[in-house]
Amino acid sequence: MMKALAMPFRPAADGDRTRQGAVMLGLLAVLLLAACLLSLGIGPTGVGLRDLWAYATGHGDSLTTRERVILEAVRLPRTALGLLVGAGLAVSGAMMQGLFRNPLADPGIVGVTSGAGLAAVAAIVLGNSILAPVAMLLGNQFLPLMAFFGGLFNTCMLYVIATRDGRTSTTALILCGIAIGALAAALMGLLIVMADDRQLRDITFWSLGSLGGATFGRVMSILPFIAIVLAIIPFVARGLDALILGDAAAFHMGIPVQRLKKVVIVAVAAACGSTVAVAGSIGFVGIVVPHLLRLTIGPSHRFLLPGSALGGGALLLIADCVARTVAAPAELPIGVVTALFGAPVFLFLLLGKNGISLRDMP
Amino acid sequence: MISAEHITVTRSGRKLLDNVGIDLEAGKFTVVIGPNGAGKSTLMKVLSGEMKPDSGLVTYYGTDVELCQPVDLAKRRAVLPQATQLAFPFTALEIARMGAVAQGALNPTEQARQALSRVGLRGFESRPYPSLSGGEQQRVQFARVLAQVPQPVADGVPRALFLDEPTASLDLGHQISVLEIARDFASAGGMVLAILHDLNLAAEFADHLVVLNHGRVVAEGACAETVNDEIISSVYGIAGAVGRLPAAHIPYVLPQSRHR
Repeated sequence: MMKALAMPFRPAADGDRTRQGAVMLGLLAVLLLAACLLSLGIGPTGVGLRDLWAYATGHGDSLTTRERVILEAVRLPRTALGLLVGAGLAVSGAMMQGLFRNPLADPGIVGVTSGAGLAAVAAIVLGNSILAPVAMLLGNQFLPLMAFFGGLFNTCMLYVIATRDGRTSTTALILCGIAIGALAAALMGLLIVMADDRQLRDITFWSLGSLGGATFGRVMSILPFIAIVLAIIPFVARGLDALILGDAAAFHMGIPVQRLKKVVIVAVAAACGSTVAVAGSIGFVGIVVPHLLRLTIGPSHRFLLPGSALGGGALLLIADCVARTVAAPAELPIGVVTALFGAPVFLFLLLGKNGISLRDMP
Repeated sequence: MISAEHITVTRSGRKLLDNVGIDLEAGKFTVVIGPNGAGKSTLMKVLSGEMKPDSGLVTYYGTDVELCQPVDLAKRRAVLPQATQLAFPFTALEIARMGAVAQGALNPTEQARQALSRVGLRGFESRPYPSLSGGEQQRVQFARVLAQVPQPVADGVPRALFLDEPTASLDLGHQISVLEIARDFASAGGMVLAILHDLNLAAEFADHLVVLNHGRVVAEGACAETVNDEIISSVYGIAGAVGRLPAAHIPYVLPQSRHR
């Protein structure tokens, strides 16, 4: 299947994939639009695509108040949140893989997500006690900012530990991720012992991931983080391409390497931390989306990064639709859906000829 | 002119470079030779601005290299590294294109194509880099470097090519063609600095030869003055090898004889 998928996108005979990249961005934009409509138009309440159409074309009067509330206060924020979270996860994955020069570097696999999650759980449990002054200071942004700093701390630690002379060893990266994940799990266990019932429910929500609690407040709290990360794409794309050839080669091609790395590390932590804060830890989007894109349009970041934003948003919205409908009226955690889809794809990629060749790993 | 004065680099208590000075002049092909660990690559890193020496000064037309922005340096000199491996399947064209983008080309894709055909890789544009042989990868990198400094002289200012063992994984024919491209670059007014291990190639192509040993310049000048028995035996420990034919039963290949 993967091969058939990649076929129409084989590098053109002249080696230039610019056109393929542009076509792909167009296709992904259409897919994202369709995913948005799907997410707004389906659900267990009987408010369907037809009602959505009526609402969008200004014939909203035909809808009952209840239907309108469902659209405006439930589905709209949920769709917006899914869009932002999916885009943030996929772009942070793609950036991290470029930074570490390693297609296996996914924020979830290497432990950045667990650092952000730990910080978020700490914020929930300790927000009324030890961390109360910090919570007062940061106000509404307390949770996302805590998760951001948790993610930032872990990304920096990973970089220091796993990178020697500008080269990142896959083994060190993965082992480091395992150790960080174990440490985060242990500390989270301590926090769980201290938590009360309501906090426990919140914590379960973080560990599996969900868009269920979507409100416009949450959308607004992550919007600035994701907007900044998306806005820097045009400024880091060329540098990340050059960085694939090595720190020295990138410097020789005029890239201010240290500055680029700092910007990308902060961006990864911002995207990853803020998404964890509002939706919990959702795995595999950050590795599957960029990798499928690389198979079709090549590894150049000028298309990979915007493509990941569009594709990540679309994938997460579709996964959320599945999570909402398969067991309706109950709802699956979205992290379960992405893992059920993503983990087999990831394993397939490790296996496949077109996929990640472990022999090529530094 | 690019020059380095009194360069000293110390790492782990060992002097990799000890008070080394070198001038790269426009129109000249400068070659650095010396045994392993002599400090050749370190010298190139210092000259390209990649490594900061512990003492000494590198200047590009009188400006301290420390004060130059990476993007400005990229327009003045391009650097060919030793073997580069990639974990991502860029095509040959995409790699070469990066060089063209680095110097701000208006049509980088077209320049990348020209650079690839200059190194004899026309028809390889769509090949993924990891699938190429070591020698082909090296030539793709050379194309990238050529695309970064397509004109030996631009706006009246000579550009520089820094080549770290450009012939390392190439067959004899391609060793010569790569060095001929570099020599044309120098003849047209550019600067070339190459690290070579093959003394025959060094002697054929160098306008100015610098012999490094233990981090010091032990000899420099025209090849006729520097490639002699005394220097070669003191630096490499091989005596009586300059300008003599081997024993009758050993065939030998001297590519520089092709011009006779």
